[in-house]
Amino acid sequence: MPAHTNTTMPNPNLIQLLDNFDREEILNCMQCGFCLPACPTYRQTGKESASPRGRIALMKGVVDGQLNVDAEFEDNMYLCLGCRACETACPAGVPYGSLLETARDVVERNKKDIGEHSFLRDLLFEEIFPNPDRIDRLGTMLWASQTLGLQKLANKMGLINLLPRPMREMQSAVDQVASPWQRMKRESVIHPEPDASQNLRVGMFKGCIMDVMFFETNQATARVLTKAGCEVVFVEEQACCGALHAHSGEQNGAKELAKRNIEAFEAAGVDLIVNNAGGCGAALKEYHHWFHDDPQWQERAMKFVAKCRDANELAAELFSALEFRGELPGVRITYQDSCHLAHGQGVRAQPRQLLRSIPGVEYVEMMEADRCCGSAGIYNITNFDMSMEVLDEKMENVKSTSAHLVVTSNPGCLLQMRKGIQRAGCEGQMEAVHIMDLLDRVL
Amino acid sequence: MNTEIKSQLRAIVGDRWMMDSPHDLYTYSYDATPLYQAMPDAVVMPSSVEEVAAVLKVANQYRIPIVSRGSGTNLCGGTVPTEGGIVLVTNRLGRLHEIDQENLTATFGPGLITADLHKAVEAVGLFYPPDPGSMRISTMGGNVAECAGGMRGLKYGVTKDYIMGIEAVLPGGEVVRFGGKNAKDVAGYDVTKLLVGSEGTLAVVTEITAKLLPLPPAKQTMVAYYQSLSDAARSVQRIIASKIIPATMEFLDQATMEVVEDFARIGLPLDMKAMLIIEQDGTDLQVEQDIARMADICRGEGATEVRLAQTVEEGAKLMAARRAALSALARVKPTTILEDATVPRAHLAEMVEQVDVIARKYNLQICTFGHAGDGNLHPTCLTDERDLEEIHRVEQAFEEIFHAAIKLGGTITGEHGVGMAKAGFLDLKVGPSGIELMKRIKEAFDPHGIMNPGKMFAKSDRRRVVVKTHACTHEHNHA
Repeated sequence: MPAHTNTTMPNPNLIQLLDNFDREEILNCMQCGFCLPACPTYRQTGKESASPRGRIALMKGVVDGQLNVDAEFEDNMYLCLGCRACETACPAGVPYGSLLETARDVVERNKKDIGEHSFLRDLLFEEIFPNPDRIDRLGTMLWASQTLGLQKLANKMGLINLLPRPMREMQSAVDQVASPWQRMKRESVIHPEPDASQNLRVGMFKGCIMDVMFFETNQATARVLTKAGCEVVFVEEQACCGALHAHSGEQNGAKELAKRNIEAFEAAGVDLIVNNAGGCGAALKEYHHWFHDDPQWQERAMKFVAKCRDANELAAELFSALEFRGELPGVRITYQDSCHLAHGQGVRAQPRQLLRSIPGVEYVEMMEADRCCGSAGIYNITNFDMSMEVLDEKMENVKSTSAHLVVTSNPGCLLQMRKGIQRAGCEGQMEAVHIMDLLDRVL
Repeated sequence: MNTEIKSQLRAIVGDRWMMDSPHDLYTYSYDATPLYQAMPDAVVMPSSVEEVAAVLKVANQYRIPIVSRGSGTNLCGGTVPTEGGIVLVTNRLGRLHEIDQENLTATFGPGLITADLHKAVEAVGLFYPPDPGSMRISTMGGNVAECAGGMRGLKYGVTKDYIMGIEAVLPGGEVVRFGGKNAKDVAGYDVTKLLVGSEGTLAVVTEITAKLLPLPPAKQTMVAYYQSLSDAARSVQRIIASKIIPATMEFLDQATMEVVEDFARIGLPLDMKAMLIIEQDGTDLQVEQDIARMADICRGEGATEVRLAQTVEEGAKLMAARRAALSALARVKPTTILEDATVPRAHLAEMVEQVDVIARKYNLQICTFGHAGDGNLHPTCLTDERDLEEIHRVEQAFEEIFHAAIKLGGTITGEHGVGMAKAGFLDLKVGPSGIELMKRIKEAFDPHGIMNPGKMFAKSDRRRVVVKTHACTHEHNHA
């Protein structure tokens, strides 16, 4: 047979890198193929290399020295949305999400070792995400450009074309962000209403981009929780959750951020740590896995993880304390699962329970509601075309619900659904909204 | 394979649908069978019968092996390209062309997913009964190639009982059609049936017409637990002897129950030796009567507990125990070798006991579950492919299991097919003259031997269950 692969490694350190893979977990993939129909990229392409089983096989090929960690390996690993629907489908319980993170980490370390650098990656992962101040400043710039009409002007004058196409396309889904003053005015502790029965002190996990682009959703979440009787604390020292780092092969950077968060919330003395972004939440709940080789931090991470809740989870738990003051008569609502909330955290019933309880609404379940919308962190920027293919298919299911409101539990999904509504020509008939904003309106 | 041939293939299917990069090839080097792997030279994904025919012409002209495949869920190594060549993927030929409600047929491409066919016909009150365990992802072309079975085999039969017509491309590129919508059709040899279960060794199926039934209006599930295997087996025999044919009658042994319970926590009694899960469908009255009588029979034959599902949800939960079996087993050890020994159902208990004895003899963990109603058992060995010494014992144990099945009047595979995994055992079942005849049929279809070579007929005398293959892959890679 002809030689298709060679075993020469581009980088002598690679052998060591491969030790990062948990060979046991790779072998646990029994190749049954049950993951294939769950995978959005397999569904779009029909190609095995775009499926979870295929990607795990490729990892095995690399570990066995039969395939190189090369550009093709990189492309295959990065075509994955990381939605983890395959984990729900997998009979053998293979932790695909963490295998993928390791594979991407191997790709990135290999590139660094052979001297390949990406300016954009370095900027994002070393300069921007780890620094809340810089994100804050970017938020202010965005607000200024929106407020001064620069965005519209740029659109009109064609300046917008200077941006890469994916960003140009996605910016149309971004709402007016909160002003710097609004953000500055936020109180660091919000007390519950005086007659509240609970006495939980809850730390709000703000999220990095969330707190700038969806500042109001964070405020709404805090209000919902205070209405349920919680004292909500905005812990200043917290950092980005590290999910984007981990998903992009920057495991060391992710761990540094995790340490900052663990320290910050330990110091704040909170009973629970609440977030309203499915992607961040899944990462927060997996901190203990990130420190599997560091017992001391792992123990602190386990305590942190035990306190983490998605806002839907906590709201459903404290449901008896919630009292609906408003109603939405005749409003038809459907729910788009956040992949990392549904597949990553197993939170499916709670948001549906909350939505069904809103007086007056008609809840319609969407077909394949837990299929990825294509947003997937920064995937809609990095793999724009595939992201839109996945979105367009999703919108067929969304449209057939004839819902007035498409409710989401993650900022990325929210933006993507807005984009989807535009692409499907449903503006004016349909609106995408974060569940906490919606609950805030009626509680 | 030289670049000239590759560019011919590219010209036929288009750049996007002809793949030959190392990583793409690697992902078509395996199917769902553990321990088998070999690299193809090219992968094509044609979108029409014309493209399939053109690809086959090229392959035939240059004597290049062709392995056609759908989702690669098969369990006999049937779609591993052991001799390299072209892997032809049928995913793009997956359209459901027609549901004919007057003739009760469905016509579709081979890439159609089995569960999607179920969904589509059930939406109009019709029924396609074969339900292989992998139906959520397996393709109908794959079901036809392997003559797939499933949990409803006892009452409704298997894939071959539903395939009425086939369009296929012969290795030379000729398109042939056999059968069709006629319920009665004796025009010549029954090539339609011959192609069902031919494992891709004769032709590439490009269109299928299947028979449909009316969807039964009602369904109920029950479960019975036993202190002894023979009580369970006797219950199976007595039920059939009482002229009741349940839709499903599934069996789990104690080892499987323990593993399922350990993972699924559904409250299975662990002190029991076996359990039966029985389902009946039909009209409300029929279902009610049959279930009541079967419950009586099970109790009479020594079932220590019989439970009837009170609701559809409860029924689904009971069936989940059976469906959880393989999943739960897969979590125990890295390599799960699921076998397919089948005996006439009267010998069910004897066969299960023999598997148990053989497992102890070779010091292996073998759990047995399967389709009690049709005698199709899945002794499943939990092992680790890195432990070569143990893998050797696994081979020996399975060889004994197949001999035991044949001795009881059974067969080496009930529903998975021969492929590579059973090639060395086919003569046990059909004898040397049988093999000779099969080879002559193969030659008539495929004179140059390009269709899925290395499958069904063993190349060496040595019988091996889990042939090799790391060696094989390395050979390929370093050659």
